[in-house]
Amino acid sequence: MLYIYCPHCEEHREEEEFHYGGQAHVARPKDPDACTDAEWADYLYFRKNTRGWHHELWVHAAGCRKFFNITRDTVSYEIKETYKIGEQPAISE
Amino acid sequence: MQKTERYSGFGLFKHALRHHENWQRVWRNPTPKKQYDVIIVGGGGHGLATAYYLAKKHNITNVAVLEKGYLGGGNTARNTTIVRSNYLWDEAAHLFEHAMTLWEGLSQEINYNVMFSQRGVLNLGHTLQDMRDISRRVNANRLNGIDGEVLDTQQVKALVPIMDCSANTRYPVLGASWQPRAGVARHDAVAWGYARAADALGVDLVQQCEVSDILVEDGAAIGVATKQHGVIKADRIGCVVAGNSGVLAKMAGFELPIESHPLQAFVSEPIKPILDTVVMSNHVHGYISQSDKGDLVVGAGIDSYVGYGQRGSYPVIEHTVQAIIELFPIFSRVRMNRQWGGIVDTCPDACPIISQTPVENLFFNCGGEPAASKPRPVPVMYLPPRWPVGKCTSWRSPSPWTAFTVAP
Repeated sequence: MLYIYCPHCEEHREEEEFHYGGQAHVARPKDPDACTDAEWADYLYFRKNTRGWHHELWVHAAGCRKFFNITRDTVSYEIKETYKIGEQPAISE
Repeated sequence: MQKTERYSGFGLFKHALRHHENWQRVWRNPTPKKQYDVIIVGGGGHGLATAYYLAKKHNITNVAVLEKGYLGGGNTARNTTIVRSNYLWDEAAHLFEHAMTLWEGLSQEINYNVMFSQRGVLNLGHTLQDMRDISRRVNANRLNGIDGEVLDTQQVKALVPIMDCSANTRYPVLGASWQPRAGVARHDAVAWGYARAADALGVDLVQQCEVSDILVEDGAAIGVATKQHGVIKADRIGCVVAGNSGVLAKMAGFELPIESHPLQAFVSEPIKPILDTVVMSNHVHGYISQSDKGDLVVGAGIDSYVGYGQRGSYPVIEHTVQAIIELFPIFSRVRMNRQWGGIVDTCPDACPIISQTPVENLFFNCGGEPAASKPRPVPVMYLPPRWPVGKCTSWRSPSPWTAFTVAP
């Protein structure tokens, strides 16, 4: 069971209160119509799928319902940090 | 090379007389050469099957299978052994049905009992929309020549009397799709059987040989670097590394449209025969069968997050057990013995990628892992015919490289 610290509620809560939102820091292209097919596909389908430290988006679905980011090891599942949207992680892979 | 001894009832009897002391080693343990025609990275069910059919159907025997652990010790050992071909879309249906026909003659072909048991698979429907989808899928299957029937609640009850088919459950069983030719096969035996058959044809199975890099020159793969045996060169390289496809793709310098998630399963203590078919439910999300040894084999959903940890999360266990107990109240006091997670490389459309890659002479079979125990015999049929010329169009149309890079 992941024990996740919500930076908005400032509390540790169990994994079941949260929903996973995929890789963090994936910016939607500003002008999708100007994208090439490859750029658009890259945005839609291609993720880092990192083995190791992974920045990912979570939402506190059964709590404050706000989004935030987690840096988590995808092998040991250790959570290194959680930080609010707009903030930068302390660890960069 | 020593001739591989043929397994038979008579052979068993003969060996019994000698107290089973003279059985031949099942496969050799060779030191790899410096150069092969084909290197296959990954000694699981798919990799070993690919090696076997390369040798058998295409007479390419100068082949090495490089496995970082031991044969069949990865996700091949971590699935729930179900084999079925009742898929909706033509491409998937053709792939899995082709595999099904191979499964049907597999034990004879490779002279190894893979314990393939066509005990049928039920996919339950719990809502009206489930039932509409089931009708659609069964009709699509029948148009593709795949056996299938739509059953109502009474027919389901007749097949599985111990299942709670009453109207008093939270998600009543309204019916099911039924594929009689589907069933289960012993997952380990498939890997061992293909390994033995490939070895007999001269394929080098190299265990404890971890690939640390894929060597690319002028946009073409020329070999691999390994931790234990240095550089091994090859004309063509196939990667069949469920759970680590993305890691190997990065070595070769491209990305795959897949993410890796843990998918867990568990088995109970062995009990007397009680369930003689496979029951799957997508709606309450659990699936269950009983192995020949007697333990209940229960499968679960994947964890939502990316993970390589080969273990699943606790909430998924709880949800799965709830689903199973809801369907089978009789199992509420069965104790679970073991629990584990396999890593599934999941494509956005949950269909496998069996294809050449942006790197010349490098091929991947990945991304179909939630369903990967079913098409194990297949990679072969799709990959190798094109390997000798270094070209492999995908069995998918459009190919994954265009499906995920060209907007619809």
